Amino acid sequence: MVVERPDHQRIVITGVGLTAPNGNSLSEFRQGLLSGRSGVVPYETRYFGATVAGVCNFDEVKHQTRKELRRGTRAGSVGIFCAHEAVADAGLDWENIDRSAVGIYVGVTEHGNVETENEIYQLKGYDYDIQYWSHYHNPRTVANNPAGEISLNMGITGPHYTLGAACAAGNAGIIQGVQMLRLGDCDLALAGGVSESIHTFGIFASFHSQGALARHDDPTKASRPFDADRNGIVVAEGGCMYVLERLVDARARGARIYGEVLGYAMNSDAADFVLPHPGRQAECIRLALRRAGLNAEDVDIVSTHATGTTSGDAQEAEALRRVWGGNGRPLLNNTKSFIGHAMGAAGALELAGNLPAFEDHVCHPTINLDRLDPQCKLPGLVANEPREMAKAEVILNNSFGMLGINSVVIVGKL
Amino acid sequence: MTADEIRQSVIEILGDIAPDEDLSNLQEDVPFREQLPLDSMDFLDIVMELRKRYRIQIPEENYNELASMTSTVRYLEPRMKDIAKK
Repeated sequence: MVVERPDHQRIVITGVGLTAPNGNSLSEFRQGLLSGRSGVVPYETRYFGATVAGVCNFDEVKHQTRKELRRGTRAGSVGIFCAHEAVADAGLDWENIDRSAVGIYVGVTEHGNVETENEIYQLKGYDYDIQYWSHYHNPRTVANNPAGEISLNMGITGPHYTLGAACAAGNAGIIQGVQMLRLGDCDLALAGGVSESIHTFGIFASFHSQGALARHDDPTKASRPFDADRNGIVVAEGGCMYVLERLVDARARGARIYGEVLGYAMNSDAADFVLPHPGRQAECIRLALRRAGLNAEDVDIVSTHATGTTSGDAQEAEALRRVWGGNGRPLLNNTKSFIGHAMGAAGALELAGNLPAFEDHVCHPTINLDRLDPQCKLPGLVANEPREMAKAEVILNNSFGMLGINSVVIVGKL
Repeated sequence: MTADEIRQSVIEILGDIAPDEDLSNLQEDVPFREQLPLDSMDFLDIVMELRKRYRIQIPEENYNELASMTSTVRYLEPRMKDIAKK
């Protein structure tokens, strides 16, 4: 039984704007997920050299001037593109919206590494003479930058900030939007997550040093969560921003509603710097279910977080078994197998790719699952081919991150 | 560099800083910021680019000399006369 809330406390998704390595709109992205199209390509980065990555190819000057593009950050640019696309998708009368009542909540895994690395690299060309250090360093690297660039570009004067939540950040952005709407802090939330991480060599080098960076002769096969031959993470860039509104407002303007955020939870492992903790992950899932007033068997699709690391995938599988046991419900999939790990955008993108299931009753698969790791054996795992579903009414979206940060968002069909 | 070469270099720098603007009708005696959408950070870009490209150091108290093309060229000409065009 779903928790009963008054309409002004019920928060719904009315717009989606995204850029993923395999699509620049929800329909393109969904089509890619249903047809098995990967967005992982050969990639080369400073110092690190040849590797693979999920690379986005959106029209940067669709919503930004060339001057804004030059001045700003890639994360800001991704955020601006996604926010504009979300607002357009929501069918809002943007020119007449009270922009002081719009809140911007952007999840980021990290911010500032790309800019700092670039500036130090350039400074090297001037023999580290700091007279040549950019006056843009601070505004580019402040943690609110991606959200702030959206605010500047779109003339939004309500609150804006980022949520630093490692790879749980995409969900964290959505959760913050829901909370702020319920508190009355804003009347419309632009919420989600962005990532520019492929533009820092440090993230590749650090995963490599940790033994957690994927490699494969065929880039499209490098990201293989739950597969016995997985060997690490494919780093990706991307973004996904949602328009969130109170149900009462969405209905009043006759908005198309993608779904309702029924529940959410965040918790902490308090256990290890990098290794996940199945017990805490399971607690996070159960807490989100309880808040939504749902039982585990009410969930139709679980969008897993699994990144393709040896231990992480097995740990999540263990968490899922603790919640669902050997129960064949729900179906499970994984978006990173297509696009890699879009870091701060991952949670938001992975939810988005599943939302159309409410309409088409199809669960997209996890690809590159050629030889299932017995440790990751889960009933309901949809391997390589999409699966039709009798019922698609509840999606549960996992997103976990380093330092032991867990997030779960549950969205229901309205 | 000659006055014309300096002027051309400043145009190139402005072109990089304000890539969306048409600089063909730039008026020499009118302050840049009255003709182009330049803010204080853009202005600092002009100073930084001159430093990077020509190793010219412009003290903060002289920033007002860079207000218009005429004043900029007048200020830079004696300081850049021994610098080769890049």
